[in-house]
Amino acid sequence: MRRLTPYLLALPSWMWLAIFLVVPMVAMASVSLQTGNAIDGYAMTFSFSNYGDAIGRYSTQLLRSLLYGGLATLAMLVIGYPVAYWIAFKGGTRKSMYLFLLLLPFFVSFVLRTISWNFLLSDNGILLGTLKGWGLLPADFHVLATTFAVIGGLTYNFLPFMILPIYVALERVDPRVVEAAQDLYATRAAAFRRVVLPLSLPGVFAGVLMTFVPATADPINAAILGGTSNTMIGNIIQTEYLTNLDYPTASALSFTLMAVLLVGIFVYARALGTENVLEAAAR
Amino acid sequence: MRGTRAGDRLLHIYTWLIIAWLSSPIAVMILFGFNDKQSKSNTTWQGFTLRWYAELFDIPDLTTALVNSLVIALVSTAVTVAIGTMLGLALGRHRFRGKGVTNFLVFAAISTPELVMGASLLSLFVSGNVPRDANTIIIAHVLFSLAFVVVTVRARVVGLDPSLEEAARDLGATAWGTFRQVTLPAIMPGVLAGAMLSFALSVDDYVVTSFVNGSTVTFPLWIVGAVKTGIPAQVNVMGTLIFGIGVLIAIGNAVAARRRA
Repeated sequence: MRRLTPYLLALPSWMWLAIFLVVPMVAMASVSLQTGNAIDGYAMTFSFSNYGDAIGRYSTQLLRSLLYGGLATLAMLVIGYPVAYWIAFKGGTRKSMYLFLLLLPFFVSFVLRTISWNFLLSDNGILLGTLKGWGLLPADFHVLATTFAVIGGLTYNFLPFMILPIYVALERVDPRVVEAAQDLYATRAAAFRRVVLPLSLPGVFAGVLMTFVPATADPINAAILGGTSNTMIGNIIQTEYLTNLDYPTASALSFTLMAVLLVGIFVYARALGTENVLEAAAR
Repeated sequence: MRGTRAGDRLLHIYTWLIIAWLSSPIAVMILFGFNDKQSKSNTTWQGFTLRWYAELFDIPDLTTALVNSLVIALVSTAVTVAIGTMLGLALGRHRFRGKGVTNFLVFAAISTPELVMGASLLSLFVSGNVPRDANTIIIAHVLFSLAFVVVTVRARVVGLDPSLEEAARDLGATAWGTFRQVTLPAIMPGVLAGAMLSFALSVDDYVVTSFVNGSTVTFPLWIVGAVKTGIPAQVNVMGTLIFGIGVLIAIGNAVAARRRA
């Protein structure tokens, strides 16, 4: 009986993960190779050309998603690192208060936060309308429905996921190590570049992973802030599945997206060095 | 050292600017819940009113969506916490065959993009002719919260001294008694953290839900559907109330934790 305990404990979760995580992936792989139409239904024909067709049709949106996701991740890194740095080294006794304030947005639904930006940035809303009223902006100036709005929205929505892992890594850096570097005549910049930055890389790695994947696959920011000319792959997959009922195309696109993200993570992991990755994964 | 101090002060101000940026849409949401707007569009300030608080439940579809979200979150959290705590115990305390695969599956469940998770679940349901309703939403929500509960509970179990349980057994407690009176209270903070996380993830989810909802509408789905016609101010009020309750719970938690320590 005692030997059986772990298996009994694991069984319900195993079943859940097998039936609703593994089997659906197989189902999606199968659907992605079918042909037919929404009315008569789809049948398995091992039509690998579905992938070529889907990627050919939506290569613009696929590349755009990677570009937007990448740029937003870069922006988060540049914006977030100094915040994590300051809280970790200078936050003193109020570290948890600063972290709590950074996490405040998570008490409001993701969708609602994005819509709030839509309010705030609307063409004649409180921000732009006021500035236009003062004559500081031309009357036709707008932010919504631009690339900038979508990348800005992605940056805004996922920023805390970049700051937290970097903070955790920096918080573990012993300030005495930095002092030692400075005692050995390193300038402040050199001490940062040669000591603090390398020690924080596992946090940067985790932060990039936690933000790039969801930002690239996110359909909400493009839908609410992007207008019609900034459609991302997430919006296409949603439309193909839910509106066009073109399941094979949508499945092929989902798999392509996942494959691209996995390859991206792998290349990135290699570029950053396996040790850092293992260290990051161990946390 | 003067430059150093100026740099620190600059970073201090910068940190507060980022906090202000992150909070600005929340301020807008709260403020426009008090906006005495006349037309459908709620983008300019037209005066203070408490009307939307009084008429909070006057849009039946919105109220239904909110209730759906809360019920789905409660049910999926209960299921997730039950099975996730069990797996967390197994992973943190026992050695068994398939542990490596299990760890991989837990990692995969966390790292699969929501979009792919939703799309693959819909593939399964379409292939199997499963009707989409609140049940399929609950299935999906348990799936994406499960790994988070497992991870938080496992962390707590790993930090637990096994000699406590041995002592209980030596004193004649049954296996179940030991679990109820020693193990469970000790891992309770992890279980509660997992439950709150799971509830928050469920209430907030739009992407996965949009694939498996059928004709059942949740709070986030309703809001996205209303974007084109204009978001009613009641949505701001509901968001404000949820925000207020969430923050109060978090602060209460922190105060309680400090008192215990």
